[in-house]
Amino acid sequence: MASNKLFNILVPIISVLLGLIAGAIIMLVSGYNPIAGYTALWNGAFGDLYFMGETVRQITPYILTGLAVAFAFRSGLFNIGAEGQVIVGWLAAVWVGLAIDAPMIIHLPLAVIAAAVAGAIWGFIPGILKAKLGVHEVIVTIMMNYIALYCTNEIIRSVLTDNMDSTEIIPPSASLASEWLQGLTFFSRMHYGILIALFAAVVMWFIMQRTTIGYELKAVGFNQHASKYAGMKVSKNIILSMVIAGAFAGLAGAMEGLGTYGSISVMSGFTNLGFDGIAVALLGANTALGVVLAAILFGVLKVGAINMPTGAEVPTELVDIIIALIIFFVASSYIIRWILLRFKKEGK
Amino acid sequence: MVDYVIEMLNIRKEFPGIVANDNITVQVKKGEIHALLGENGAGKSTLMNVLFGLYQPEKGEIKVKGKKVNITNPNIANDLGIGMVHQHFMLVEPFTVTQNIILGNEPKKKSGKIDIKKAEKEIQELSDRYGLKVDPTAKISDISVGMQQRVEILKTLYRGADVLIFDEPTAVLTPQEIKDLIEIMRSLIKEGKSIILITHKLKEIMEVCDRCTVIRKGKGIKTVDVENTNATELASLMVGREISFKTEKTEANPKETVLKIDDLYVKDARKVDLVKGLNLELRAGEIVGIAGIDGNGQTELIEAITGLRKTESGTIKLNNKDITNMKPRKVTESGIGHIPQDRHKYGLVLDYPIGENMVLQTYYQKPFSKGTVLNYKEIYKKANKLIKEYDVRTPSEYTKARALSGGNQQKAIIGREVDRSPDLLIAAQPTRGLDVGAIEFIHKKLIEERDKGKAVLLISFELDEIIDVSDTISVMFDGKIVANVKPEETNEQELGLLMAGSNKTEAGDWNGIE
Repeated sequence: MASNKLFNILVPIISVLLGLIAGAIIMLVSGYNPIAGYTALWNGAFGDLYFMGETVRQITPYILTGLAVAFAFRSGLFNIGAEGQVIVGWLAAVWVGLAIDAPMIIHLPLAVIAAAVAGAIWGFIPGILKAKLGVHEVIVTIMMNYIALYCTNEIIRSVLTDNMDSTEIIPPSASLASEWLQGLTFFSRMHYGILIALFAAVVMWFIMQRTTIGYELKAVGFNQHASKYAGMKVSKNIILSMVIAGAFAGLAGAMEGLGTYGSISVMSGFTNLGFDGIAVALLGANTALGVVLAAILFGVLKVGAINMPTGAEVPTELVDIIIALIIFFVASSYIIRWILLRFKKEGK
Repeated sequence: MVDYVIEMLNIRKEFPGIVANDNITVQVKKGEIHALLGENGAGKSTLMNVLFGLYQPEKGEIKVKGKKVNITNPNIANDLGIGMVHQHFMLVEPFTVTQNIILGNEPKKKSGKIDIKKAEKEIQELSDRYGLKVDPTAKISDISVGMQQRVEILKTLYRGADVLIFDEPTAVLTPQEIKDLIEIMRSLIKEGKSIILITHKLKEIMEVCDRCTVIRKGKGIKTVDVENTNATELASLMVGREISFKTEKTEANPKETVLKIDDLYVKDARKVDLVKGLNLELRAGEIVGIAGIDGNGQTELIEAITGLRKTESGTIKLNNKDITNMKPRKVTESGIGHIPQDRHKYGLVLDYPIGENMVLQTYYQKPFSKGTVLNYKEIYKKANKLIKEYDVRTPSEYTKARALSGGNQQKAIIGREVDRSPDLLIAAQPTRGLDVGAIEFIHKKLIEERDKGKAVLLISFELDEIIDVSDTISVMFDGKIVANVKPEETNEQELGLLMAGSNKTEAGDWNGIE
C-alpha cells in the first residue's frame, strides 16, 4: 500500500510507453517505418523554433480543458461539457474583443474574464440541475455542448456578422498574440496564453490542496453523507465545482479566440479541445501537475503528427490511434498494476 | 474414540502479508454446539470459509465424519452436509419462503415445471419437525428478521445439512428472538445435527454451547468445555489480558437540563411518520440510553436532533435554545457531538487521511485555517494529539481512514467528537461490530464525559450496553418513549417486552411468571 504513490506515477508513464510501442507495431504492420514515423513526429514538435512555438500554442488550451475536467472530477462530477464551455468562452472573448473599444490594460482582461464567466455559466446550469434536482451532470453537459455549438454558430451568422462564416479579427488591444513571441518562433501562433494556463494550474492546485474550499469540494466528491454530517453544504459545493470547472474551460476558449485565431468562425463540428481535455485529465490523474504534463504530451503528439505525412508518409490519424491506445492503457491501469505486482513478487 | 463430525486439523491460511489462520485445530463432536470465539479479525470467518470451500488452506487437513476430504468449492461442502447460516441473509425479498429455499435446487415435475406444492409440503414438514413455525407461502418481505433467519436455517436443512454454521446469528435479533433461536438450536441438536456458532458474545456461549474454541490473532488458543469455565476466563482467553465486564462508574449526578424534546414528529425518507410525538429530557452529568428495536424511529430521532433531517413539528431545545431544524453546522456549533451509527457512511471521509478526518467539523475554524487557507501544520498537530490520546492505531497520521480497522476508525471518531467538548454527546451504536477491548475503552470514554458534566445520549440495540452504561433507560417503541426505567431496577426480559410494545405493568407481570 505504501507504494501507491509510485503506482500512480508509473501507470501513466507505462501507459504512454505501451501506447507508443503499440503505435510502432501498427506502423510496422501497415508497412510504414516506425523509426522514421516517430522521428518525423519528434521533428514536427521540436524540429525548429516554429514547431516548438506551435506545440506550446496547442498545449495551452489542453492544460485549461484538462483542468476543467479534473477539477470537477475531484468533487465527484464528470464534466463532459468542457467542449461547450470552450465554445461559449471563445464566443464571449471574441464578442467582447470586437464590441468594446478600450485600452489594452482594460480590454484584454475584460475579454479574458468574459470567457471565464461564459464558461462558468455553462458549468453552472448542469451544476444547479444536479444539486437541486439530481439530474445527472453527464447528460446535461452533453446536451449543453450541442446548445453551445449551434447557438454560437447562429450568433456568429446573425449577430456578430451579416451572414458571414467568420468574424473580423479582434483589435490588438484585446489580443493575446505577441509579436515578440512570434518573432522568436519564426511566426508561429504562440501567444501569452500559456502564462494564463500555467497560472490556472497553480490556482487549481492551491484551491484543491491548500484551502477550505478544496477540502470541502474533495470531501463532497468522496462522501456526500459525511460532508453533510460535517456541516458542509453539498449542493453549494457541487455548483461551485462546476462553475470553477466551466471557468477553466471558458479560458481555453479565450486562448483560441484571443490568442491563436483572433476571431471565431462558424463550426461544422466540435473543436474537440474539451473532449481531449477528458483524456488529459485522465492521464494526469486529475491533479494540476499531472494535467500540465499530460497536456504537454498531447500537444506534442497533436502538433508533431502534422509533420508525419511529409516527414515519413505516415498518416496523421496514426497519432489519434496512439492517443486512443494510451487512454486505453490508462483506463485499464488495473492490468498494469497487476503486472507490476507480479514482477514485484517474482523479484523477491 | 470420540465421534467427531468435523475435524479441521492444523489449518494454515495465508494472505499476502498476513497469516490469517496459523495452525488452528477445531474438532466438532456429533450432536454438540461448538462455539468459535474470537475478536474481530481473529480469523474465525477465514477458518469457516476454508471449511465451506471458499478458501484453500496452505496446510492442514479437513475430515468429515472421520474421512479426509478436499473441499474445493461450496457445492462440495453442501454435498458433505455442511450448511451455513450467514449473518447477512441471502434472500430474494419478493419471493416466498418456499421459492427462496428451493432456489437453485428446484424439484421439477415431469413436464419440467417446478413442483412448488411438493416443495411446500416438504418445507412444512421440516419446519414442524424442528419447531421453526415458518409459513412456506409467506413472502420474505412480509416476515420479521427473526423469521427470515429461520428461513435461512430451513434452507440448509432442506439441502440436507448435518452440520450448521451460524455466523453471528444474534446480531440482528431482539432478546425475544434470541431466546427462540436458542430453543431452535437445541431442537436441532436433539434431532442429531451439530452446530458451529461463530460469535463474540460470551453470554450466548455460556448459555447454549457445549464446547468452545478460542481464536486469537489467527492462532487457536484453547478449546474448553463450557461447563468448566466462565465468561471472564473466556474473555481473557479471547483478548489475551484481563477484561473487566462491569463498567466501573459512580452514581450519576445530574444537573441542569441540556436537551429537551417536546412532542417531536419526524418523517422518514418514504414520508412515513417514524417519530410520533416524542418527549425526552436529558440533563448534564447523566447518560440516557435509548433502548429499542431497530426501525422504531431512533435513526430519525438522531437525524432530527443533529439537523440532518427536517422535523414535522415539535421542538428541540439545547441549553434552553431552540435548535429545531437548524443546519447541521449550526447544531454542531451550538454544542452537540455526534458519533454516527454508520461510521463509514457518515463518520469519516474514508479516502481522506485519518489526520484530515480529525478536523471534519472544525477545518474552517482557527487555528486549522486562516481565511480560506488551511494550516496543515496545526491540523496534523491536533490529529497527532488525538491519535495518541485515543490510542488510534494507525501506521501514520497520513494513512487513509479506509485502511484502519473498525475499532480504530471508531476511536478516531470518538476522539474527534469528544475533543470538541460538546454539551451533548450523541453516541449511536458506538460499539457496533467492535471487540471487547475497544468496547471497554469506548464505554470508559462515555462515562468520563458524563463525569465531566456533559450529557450523553446513547442509542444502542445491545441491551447489555444500555443496561451497563446508562443512568436512565428510555425505551423507544413506535416513535415514542414508552417507558423510563433505572438500569438497576430492570432486566433484559422486561426491557425486551417493553421494546416489543407491551406496557410496563404487563411487562412486570411477565416478569412475575418467569
